[in-house]
Amino acid sequence: MSTTAIPENVKRPMPPSVVHLGWFLLAGGLIVFLGAYVTDARRAAFDNVILLLFLASLAAGSLFLVALEHLAGAVWSTPMRRLIEFLAGLTPLLPLVGLPLLFHLHDLFHWTHAEVVAGDQILQGKTAYLNVPFFVLRFFAVCLTWLLFFWLFTRNSLKQDRTGDQKLTTRNARLAAAFLPVFAITLTVTAVDWGMSLEPHWFSTIFGVYYFAGTALAAVALATLVVVYLLDAGYLPPLRGDNLYSLGALMFAFVNFWAYIAFSQFLLLWYANLPEETFWFMHRWEHGWQVVSISLIVVHFAVPYFALLPQEAKMDRKRLKIMAIWILAARLVDLYWLIMPSFGDSVTLGWQELGIPLVATGLVIVVLAWKMQRHNLVPVGDPKLSRGLDFRL
Amino acid sequence: MTKGPLYAITALFDTPDAVMHAAGETAKVFTHYDVNTPYPLHGMDHAMRLRPSRMGFFALAFGLLGTVSAVGLMTWVTLVEYPMVIGGKPFWSWPAFVPIAFELTVLLASVLSVVAMIVIYFKFPNNRHPLHDTMYMRRVSSDMFGVYVKAEDPAFDEQKVRGHFARLGATQIDAVYFIVPEETERPKIFEPKFLGVLAVTAIVAMGATYVTYNKLLYMVPFNWMSDQAKLKAQKPSDLFGNGIGMRPPVEGTVARGFLPYPFKGKPDDAGKYLLNPLLPTAAVLERGKSKFLTYCSPCHGNFGSGDSRLAGQFPSPPTLHSDKVRNWPDGNLYHVITEGQNVMPSYATQISREDRWAIVHYVRVLERAHNAKESDLR
Repeated sequence: MSTTAIPENVKRPMPPSVVHLGWFLLAGGLIVFLGAYVTDARRAAFDNVILLLFLASLAAGSLFLVALEHLAGAVWSTPMRRLIEFLAGLTPLLPLVGLPLLFHLHDLFHWTHAEVVAGDQILQGKTAYLNVPFFVLRFFAVCLTWLLFFWLFTRNSLKQDRTGDQKLTTRNARLAAAFLPVFAITLTVTAVDWGMSLEPHWFSTIFGVYYFAGTALAAVALATLVVVYLLDAGYLPPLRGDNLYSLGALMFAFVNFWAYIAFSQFLLLWYANLPEETFWFMHRWEHGWQVVSISLIVVHFAVPYFALLPQEAKMDRKRLKIMAIWILAARLVDLYWLIMPSFGDSVTLGWQELGIPLVATGLVIVVLAWKMQRHNLVPVGDPKLSRGLDFRL
Repeated sequence: MTKGPLYAITALFDTPDAVMHAAGETAKVFTHYDVNTPYPLHGMDHAMRLRPSRMGFFALAFGLLGTVSAVGLMTWVTLVEYPMVIGGKPFWSWPAFVPIAFELTVLLASVLSVVAMIVIYFKFPNNRHPLHDTMYMRRVSSDMFGVYVKAEDPAFDEQKVRGHFARLGATQIDAVYFIVPEETERPKIFEPKFLGVLAVTAIVAMGATYVTYNKLLYMVPFNWMSDQAKLKAQKPSDLFGNGIGMRPPVEGTVARGFLPYPFKGKPDDAGKYLLNPLLPTAAVLERGKSKFLTYCSPCHGNFGSGDSRLAGQFPSPPTLHSDKVRNWPDGNLYHVITEGQNVMPSYATQISREDRWAIVHYVRVLERAHNAKESDLR
């Protein structure tokens, strides 16, 4: 068996042109958001929620993938784990992204209006959970929890680069076991707070899982995109299609899982046919939303499903790259479909919404560039690395 | 059993790395060879230079077969064979089909793939393989790793293969021969011992099932749940003097709300003597509408025109706007709801007396709406 040499020190910054592009996109996106906030603060706040949920998906989802590798003792993903840790570096930025929203809670959430709640028995019953102080507390608590685990995971991982201490791997595995239940709760809280409570009368117990399915999918897609790009550009030690296959398979799996959960949510509400539940879907079926709903099925499920079905598709770099970008775009469509019907009855799409992908792309590039400048691109001290580099299906 | 011609030369190796190396080297020289390991070795297909398996296409075809048959069956049942309204949804409600189509897709894709693998690759029902029952097979299914080259390989030469394996560091090299079945050999399935055990097992299983369902369930403690200290209908009891468990009502009394209907079988009398005790207030009409939509509309239609979905599937329910019904006194309508008429059953147990009268009012409203007078429109 041939063994790939373990690189001693893999530190290579991103080319300045890409970093500049990242800053440019970020600045452009921020200007768009500023303009949106000045012209129509309520609409900008809804766009901001989409941005927050998208970035939270990428950040927390990346943490989830890191934890998954540690807990499962996965080998195939070890050469790319550091990059996923870089992407989890979006976590510290989440409070900043959410900050403007805390000043627009009144625009976003029906349940913050005291006079409405006073005349609404259902909302009164939910005030124990849906009240502003607890909401803000939850938001910061969730962000801090993720930040804590991000800090612990990466600290151990980076320390291993220098010391090669194998105990750190065990420690991270234990940490991952502690993180996963915490992740489940915090992600559900995020989904319920920022997604479901936009329509405080509506409830779906599967909503948190729905957001999780998208979160994991978005994180895998972003990881695939970054890994394949850096691999093509020669930043990483050569990885085989066998390593990439698992990324493709995970994308395929979570495309299916998302569809499964999305359909489960729909089927139960459709079957029971209770007015207090079905209005949520009716809302997404009228005033032009029908087009968005149907295209969501095509864009988020049918296309990636058939594109990723053959085995070669999960190993081919070019196809993986295209599907990763496609899925990230589909995630935005899904979040748009989830959030925007609460803004107004009809479909609203304009220059204001352009800020979401601009800021998100810009932030990912800037964070990645910053991390790549400072740390190794591969966890060189990890005892699983050599097996990961020689991984065969 | 006697030895036949040479089938293959087998070689055993101690480590996965050794067998991986041996597979790669063997692939360079021979084409008719195979590798046996106690567990899957990652990268073996690459070392053996195997093309991607075609099983995936079988799985896809079987999966699609599952989808098509599930959707097809449910479409046929709900549209052709037995159309039925469920929960007010359309006959062809595709969302309800999805879970079943999904399950059948997964089921057929997995089960039939395994069957196809057994039939195509393992050549079922032929279960006689020369490698079975050899030391080689015993070791590669527990703690060693094996490679063998078949004698049918164009480059095969016994000494050459033995030398090849020895150079690769095989710990044991053997020759395996074809098995020639003897003429007298009977299939083991017809051995009297086997048939006897089979018969005994069947009798014991049947007997145990019989005893369980017919005897055991009525023995202590399994009958404790049905053994309750209460009187059952039509059963005797020592508690009462006459030994009858059920008590007749006190003579000359009627339970509250159970006054017998006095016009049984006499619709004309009902029409003549019964008067609607309720006033047609908004509340009464709302009540009547609600009950009408629940109990009457499935046959008579939402507006009483006899145009419900059931029209044509039974003797058609009549319209309530005919001259006959419109000229009936209220009592006759009440009587039909109470007693039923033709195919229509009695609704006496389902609709309370007050509600029946409320429905009568509502039917009157519907009739008036369908045959509005000039003065109503003004």
